[in-house]
Amino acid sequence: MSIITVEQAIAWMKKINEKMQENKDQLTALDQAIGDGDHGINMARGFEAVVEKIEDTDYDSVSDVFKSAAMTLMAKVGGASGPLYGTAFLKMSVTTQGKEVGSSQFQQAIRAASAGIQSRGQADFGEKTLYDVWYQVADFLEEEVVDQWGGIVEVCQATIEDTREMIATKGRASYLKERSIGKVDPGSMSSFYIFESLADVLDWSYS
Amino acid sequence: MSGKVGIVIVSHSVKIAEGVYDLIAQVMENVPVATAGGTDDGEIGTSMEKIQQAMKAADQGAGVLFFYDLGSAKMRTEMVLEVNDIENAYIAERVPLVEGTYLAAVESNMGKSIEQIKEAIMKYQLPHM
Repeated sequence: MSIITVEQAIAWMKKINEKMQENKDQLTALDQAIGDGDHGINMARGFEAVVEKIEDTDYDSVSDVFKSAAMTLMAKVGGASGPLYGTAFLKMSVTTQGKEVGSSQFQQAIRAASAGIQSRGQADFGEKTLYDVWYQVADFLEEEVVDQWGGIVEVCQATIEDTREMIATKGRASYLKERSIGKVDPGSMSSFYIFESLADVLDWSYS
Repeated sequence: MSGKVGIVIVSHSVKIAEGVYDLIAQVMENVPVATAGGTDDGEIGTSMEKIQQAMKAADQGAGVLFFYDLGSAKMRTEMVLEVNDIENAYIAERVPLVEGTYLAAVESNMGKSIEQIKEAIMKYQLPHM
């Protein structure tokens, strides 16, 4: 039984875009504090381009929707978030290729995305990056039954709160060392919007 | 093996890429050096399209070395190498852009192989970058 249909995958991308537009200034402010200040603009521009691409294309698989998102983010997003999110959606596309996406395929897709982010960014868990969020979400989906999956929103929030007090050791924020303590990582925040959008779009309560 | 080892300068900034190019232009005659600075719109950032074009321009068949400034420049270069079939292409991992590119240009100008140049630039490798 499919857990995410083509229509839902498209709706997910559109919902992400809405949230990135709404929260552009917040993401920028977070990035101004510990990065280079372009995360809000990058994410808003990137997902706007994803939606434009998706609206121009006919899809018959979830995998192809993810592939369009991946290619567009890689091409359109100038900072590190382009390659990182691009890799995440590309891994999800490859994992779901030629398949109806049931719960185990979706678990594998998120795990593959998380591993892709880790390898692209050479990040480890607990380094205050968006990898922390993807890793925790991948674990959560593997541990919980589907009708509990709406809990990803809380998982993301908890991860962000845990990482707030950490010292960043990756990316631009690492130059600030202990001054990064107490600040929320902007990439973790945008990942939160990605998963919050997913929970908004999917009906997790199917059995 | 034909030609000299190519060099690609990947920077977040158009001006940095051009500036490094100008600097090394003094120590080389016909080394294939290409720049990929900034995004497609010339803003701060990096572009897969520009890196790909630069790679093609710098490839004379003797291999290509990529130098980068900040983290995401490296990520984007890796992605270009993953999607393109090119032999002997290497990223100068954690090698400072100016020093590394300068030395590589001198060595390539002398007709050194990519293996020799890779070894030479490693003396500049940083523990973190």
